[in-house]
Amino acid sequence: MAGLTAQVSDEGVPIRTVGLSKVYRTRRETIHAVDGLDLAIERGEFFGLLGPNGAGKSTTIGMLTTTVVPTSGRAYIAGIDVAEHPAAAKRRLGVVSQTNTLDRQLTVWENLYYHGRFFGVSRGESRRRSDKLLEQFALSERAGAMVFELSGGLAQRLMIARALVHEPEILFLDEPTSGIDPQTRINLWGMLRDLHAAGQTILLTTHYMEEADALCDRLAILDHGKMLALGSPHELKAGYGAVTVIVVTVDGDGQALAAEAERLENVQRVEAEGSAVRVFANPPDGVLVALIARAAAVGLSVRDASSQPPSLETVFLSLTGREYRE
Amino acid sequence: MSAAAVPAGGRPQVLLQLDTFAALLARDLRVLRRQLGQFLLRTIMQPLLFVFVFAYVFPKIGQGFSGGRAGSFTTVLVPGLIAVAINFQGIQSVAIPLVQEFSISKEIEDRVLSPVPVWMIALEKIVAGAIQSIIAALVVFPIVYLVHAHGAAPSIHVHDWALFVFAILFASLLSASGGLLIGTLIEPRKITLLFSVIVLPITFLGCVYYPWATLSPIPWLKYVVLLNPLVYMTEALRASLTPQLPHMPLWGFTLALVGGSAGLGLLALRTFQRRVVT
Repeated sequence: MAGLTAQVSDEGVPIRTVGLSKVYRTRRETIHAVDGLDLAIERGEFFGLLGPNGAGKSTTIGMLTTTVVPTSGRAYIAGIDVAEHPAAAKRRLGVVSQTNTLDRQLTVWENLYYHGRFFGVSRGESRRRSDKLLEQFALSERAGAMVFELSGGLAQRLMIARALVHEPEILFLDEPTSGIDPQTRINLWGMLRDLHAAGQTILLTTHYMEEADALCDRLAILDHGKMLALGSPHELKAGYGAVTVIVVTVDGDGQALAAEAERLENVQRVEAEGSAVRVFANPPDGVLVALIARAAAVGLSVRDASSQPPSLETVFLSLTGREYRE
Repeated sequence: MSAAAVPAGGRPQVLLQLDTFAALLARDLRVLRRQLGQFLLRTIMQPLLFVFVFAYVFPKIGQGFSGGRAGSFTTVLVPGLIAVAINFQGIQSVAIPLVQEFSISKEIEDRVLSPVPVWMIALEKIVAGAIQSIIAALVVFPIVYLVHAHGAAPSIHVHDWALFVFAILFASLLSASGGLLIGTLIEPRKITLLFSVIVLPITFLGCVYYPWATLSPIPWLKYVVLLNPLVYMTEALRASLTPQLPHMPLWGFTLALVGGSAGLGLLALRTFQRRVVT
């Protein structure tokens, strides 16, 4: 029936989208939440969708996981057209959403067990996998607890464990670490790395640059529903005007040094604030030395100097702009 | 965790989806077992108090309802209270958890990712609600039958088992469908209005305390209450339990119960789908 005919083409590609678009029309405005997105994610890849709030990340996840119907374009999960065969596509997905969607009426263990049953895992096998996943995610001690007794971090771990019971081809993580304390986040990163190492294909959305940098094989930077850049974190930093930020603090007003800095070669932008001067350089070779020399030339002595290597943050900001988003 | 992702390998899609449907139902029944005490309390309390006051206290203190040409009041009351239990449980057991799942717990977002079409997830909620309605009917029946003062025994007997089973089954499906529709439409902050604005008027104007035919002296009311699904539930039960009393013709309540279950059910499946898929 449904789904069988759709599996013929590119079954090896876990996720593929072709001109995927979602338009929301209200009486006052038309919003292109996702605008002609073309993506292909490889088996075993840890792929990140990075973008500011409202960039279209969650709408994209919604379309890939059948809860948002595309306005145009196509999305394929393991070769299955999501819009045409949603039930077959859902069977291959594991989804960890932004909000806690655990079953409050069930225990920790039952959340896993019944999830397995929903996905056609046999009783014995679902029991076995539930036990194993609780152990893997260090939740065995809480197996009999009701879900509302769990802290945010534990609930998060249980959500990920739950999404894995039916051994999905693709694991979706929609901003899994927003609102989580740093220790829990680092702990979670470790677990995600282990899953990736075991061959799990993962699609992660985040607006934390360091998270994308630390975890992802490849990234797509999204804004206003369009893909602005695609590549490994390294490629993005090398290719998209990633600059080194050099901060020099002097013993007087930084304006004079800032004026000098603007004339230096390879300097793209300069910001002066009080005694501190921020210089954005690409490539940065020789700029720091030149800055110290120019400072002396205008009668300032340097108190402190530091250099930050290119980060995804500078790539991200240069692509998406600096204006504040709600 | 990669290629071997097709569970229960090679089974036809339809059977796989039935497995999922059965598992969703098993989850709901697990929750019902856990909350059985609560379930019984909320099912029993109202009908028990009702028969205690009207079938025991009233006859004892000599204050009474004659039941008019409809026979003794307790006889009128039994099918009515069973129908109320079905209706109340069907609406409550589907609508209230659903409103919470949509608003506070967001559980619904995960449930709709179950590997079946969304309408099947909604249909499962109707079936689970109907099961609770049927249990409620079976629990309430002996109570309203047995609790009464000496000499005020209702004259009740299952005259037509097929009709009785039909009435219980479709009354349950109809009320659970109504529960699903309400659950998908009502805003969480208005849930407290469910009882005062929906359940109470349905109950009092549902021909629970009087057979529909006896409303003839108030013609406008007799026809207005035909909009109330509970009327058909009570009348169907009356036809099977107390055929000696006036009741609606068979074709009338059959059409309403079957057509209503199908119509309200389909409408509820659609609104549910609209709510979860944008």
